[in-house]
Amino acid sequence: MKPGETAVISGFTDEPLSVKLLEMGFLPGTVVRFNFSAPFGDPVCVNVSGFDVSLRLEEANTISILD
Amino acid sequence: MAAERRLKIALVGKPNSGKSSLFNQLTGLNQKIGNFPGITVDKRMGFCQLDDHTSAEIIDLPGIYSLYPRTLDEKIVVEILTNKNDENFPDRIAVIADATNLKNCLLLLTQLIDLGLPVVLALNMMDLAAKSGLSLDVKKLSKQLDIPVVMINARQGFGLDELKKQLLSEAIPSQRKIFQPLAEINDALNEIQKHFNLSTSYEAFQYIQQPQNLVFLSKENREFIKTIETQKNFFPHKYQGAETIHRYGFIQEVLDSVIIKSAGHEWKGFSNKLDKILTHKIWGYLIFFSLLFLIFQSVFALAQIPMDAIDRGFADLSSFLTKHLPEGPLFELISSGIVPGIGGIVIFIPQIAILFAFISILEETGYMSRVVFLMDKIMRKFGMSGRSVVPLMSGLACAIPAIMATRTIDNWKDRLITIFVTPLMSCSARLPVFAILVALIVPEERVFGIISLQGIALMGLYLLGFVGVLFTALLMKIMIKVNERSYLIMEMPTYRMPKWSNVGYTIVEKTKAFVFEAGKIIIAVSIILWVLASYGPKEVMDNARATVQAESQNLRLTEEGYENRVAAYKLEHSYAGIMGKWMEPVIRPLGFDWKIGIALITSFAAREVFVSTIATIYSLGSTDDHLTIKERLKEEINPETGGKRFTPAVGFSLLVFYTFAMQCMSTLAIVKRETKGWKWPLIQLFYMTGLAYVSALVVYQILS
Repeated sequence: MKPGETAVISGFTDEPLSVKLLEMGFLPGTVVRFNFSAPFGDPVCVNVSGFDVSLRLEEANTISILD
Repeated sequence: MAAERRLKIALVGKPNSGKSSLFNQLTGLNQKIGNFPGITVDKRMGFCQLDDHTSAEIIDLPGIYSLYPRTLDEKIVVEILTNKNDENFPDRIAVIADATNLKNCLLLLTQLIDLGLPVVLALNMMDLAAKSGLSLDVKKLSKQLDIPVVMINARQGFGLDELKKQLLSEAIPSQRKIFQPLAEINDALNEIQKHFNLSTSYEAFQYIQQPQNLVFLSKENREFIKTIETQKNFFPHKYQGAETIHRYGFIQEVLDSVIIKSAGHEWKGFSNKLDKILTHKIWGYLIFFSLLFLIFQSVFALAQIPMDAIDRGFADLSSFLTKHLPEGPLFELISSGIVPGIGGIVIFIPQIAILFAFISILEETGYMSRVVFLMDKIMRKFGMSGRSVVPLMSGLACAIPAIMATRTIDNWKDRLITIFVTPLMSCSARLPVFAILVALIVPEERVFGIISLQGIALMGLYLLGFVGVLFTALLMKIMIKVNERSYLIMEMPTYRMPKWSNVGYTIVEKTKAFVFEAGKIIIAVSIILWVLASYGPKEVMDNARATVQAESQNLRLTEEGYENRVAAYKLEHSYAGIMGKWMEPVIRPLGFDWKIGIALITSFAAREVFVSTIATIYSLGSTDDHLTIKERLKEEINPETGGKRFTPAVGFSLLVFYTFAMQCMSTLAIVKRETKGWKWPLIQLFYMTGLAYVSALVVYQILS
C-alpha cells in the first residue's frame, strides 16, 4: 500500500497479535487508510475506525487486506 | 450533622481520553501518589466533595483499551475490577470516553457492564465532537446501555455537577448482557461461577481467560481453573478474538441507532498538516532536536535567576544564624548542617519545575507520541523501542520516575535495557553538580552574542550521557538473548493546545515527589556529614588548637587566619577527612584530592549531595564569612601546586565522572524493585562506577 491508499481488512495471520489489533479497531470488513510512514519507512501511521494508530511494518504485515 | 458518607470512585478509560484532566478537575490539589500494595504501579488518588454529606475517594486507574492487559500498568486495572474484596474495589466507576472516537472507548465499557459493575459513562470532549459535526441522542444511548450517560468537557470543567449527581445516585448495575460466551464453555463457566460464588458468568469468563493476571487468586484456585481449562479444551486467544468482534458488532448497532449526524474529519485537517511537517524525514528530526536544545538552554537560563537568589538567601540565612544563635553543638548543627542541607534541596526546584513543564507540554500536545513514532526504528537498532524514548527523556529529570515509566514497555528485553541505561541519562540531580563545575571552569562568554558557552558545555555533558546510553544499550542488545516479541501498536492522538492546569499539576506533583523523597536522603546525609566532618578521634580533636598553635608559631597569623587553620586542621582529622584520605590513592589518578573524596563518599547516596557536601566542607573551613559555594570553590588552592584547586582538567574529570557514575541509592532501590532481585542493580552499579572511573581517568590524563 502507498500513503493515501485505502483497503478493506480481511483477516489476520498472527493470532496472539490479532487480539490487540481487534481491540484497537482493526475489524475484518472495516476500511483502513495508510496515512504516512516514519522517516525510515517504519513504523507506519494508519487510520482505522476513525482514529490514527501507529504500528510497525512487521505488525502491519500480519493484517490481510482485500484487493 | 448528617453522617459523613464516603464513596470509592474509580476513573477508567483508554489513554488520551482526558482521564487526568477529569481527575484534576474533580480533586484539584487534593491528590496524592501512593502505591498499589505489592507492586510498583503508581496509584493516583484524590478526594472530592460530592455533596454536603458525601465525599469521594477518587482513584485514577491506568489507561486501558480492554480488560485484557499487556503491561503491568494495565494489569492492575483488571486485578482491582475483578476482585470485589480488593481494598481499592470501587463503589462506582466512571468510564471516560472520547466522544470524537466513541467506538473504541465503548469496548471496555461493554466489558464492565457484563461484569455487573455500576458504571457511569462520561462523554468527554463534547466541544470537539460538536465541532466535528457529530450529533447523538444521549438519552437513547443511556437507555440502550441501561446506564447513566453524562456529557462533560473535562478541560473546561463543564458537566461536572451532573457527573457528581450521577455518581451520588444509587449504584444499579446495568441489566444488559452484551456478550454471551459460547455455549460450548457454559459448563466450565458454571462450575467456576459456583466455585467462586461469582455474580455474573462474564466474571467466570475472565477467571478462565486470564487466571495468570488475577493475582488475588490463591495457588489452589489457579490450579482448579487450570484443571477445568484442560478438561474442556480451552484456548484463550480464540475466545478473546471472538469476544472483541462480537462487542464491536454490538457497539456499531448501538451507535447506528443513537448517532443523528456522524462526524466529519475536516477538523483534523490542521493536525494532519502538522504531522506532515513534524514527522518529516528532515524537518521532523530537526524540530525534535531543536526542541531539546531549546529545553536545555531554557533550563539553564531561566532557572539561573531563582537559583542564584536561593543560593544567596541560604548563605545569608546560614551566616545570620551563626552570628545570632548561641554557641553549642546543636545550634552549630542547625546553622552549618541543616540550613545548607535544606538549601541544597530547594535550589533544585526551579530546574525540576521547568524541565517537567516542557515534558508535560510535549505530552499534553500529543507531540510525545510522534517522538515515539519518529524514534522507534532508531531505538530498535539499540535494542529498545520507540516507547523507551519517553522513559529516557524523563530520565533527564530523574531516573526514579523514569524507570517506573518503563512499565509501558511490554517487551521484557526492551524494558530491561531501558531500565539499565536510563540512569546514564543526565538527571536533574546531576544538574547542580554540573552547573557549579561548569560555572567554575567554563568562562561566562557568549558566542555570536546569544549562545552561551556554559550552555554548550552543559549540552555536551547531556550528549555524553546519551552516547553512554546508546553504547551500553548496544552492548546489552548483543549480550542478552530473549525470545519475546516486541510490538508497537499505539494511538496517535490529534494535536491540540496543552491544558495549562494539567501542566501545573505535573510540576507540583514532580517537585513534591522530589522534595519529599530525595529531600529526606539529602537532609539525613547532611546531618551525618556534619557529624562526620565535626567529630573525629577524641585525642586529636582535643589537641587541635595546641597543635596548630605549635605549628604556626613562626607565622604571623591574624586572629582570623589562625581560626581558619584550626578549622581546616579539625576537618582534615575528622572522620570524614580520614575516610577521604583513605581513598585518596584510588582517586588521585583522576585528579581528585581527599576533599573531593569526601564528597564522592557522601554523594554515593544521592549525587546532588556533592554540592551540599562541598558547601558544608568549605563553610566549615572558614566559619566567618559565608561566601556562595561557587566563590568558595574558586578560592580553593591546591597546596601542592599553589595554583587553583579546580583546574579545567580536574573540573572536566569530575564532570565526566558524575555523568557516568551511578551515585544514587534510590535508583538502585527502584531497579531492584522493578527487576525483582539484586542481580541487575548490582551489575548496574559496578558497570556505571567502572565506566565513570575509566572515563574520568582518561579525561584527566589527557587534559593535565
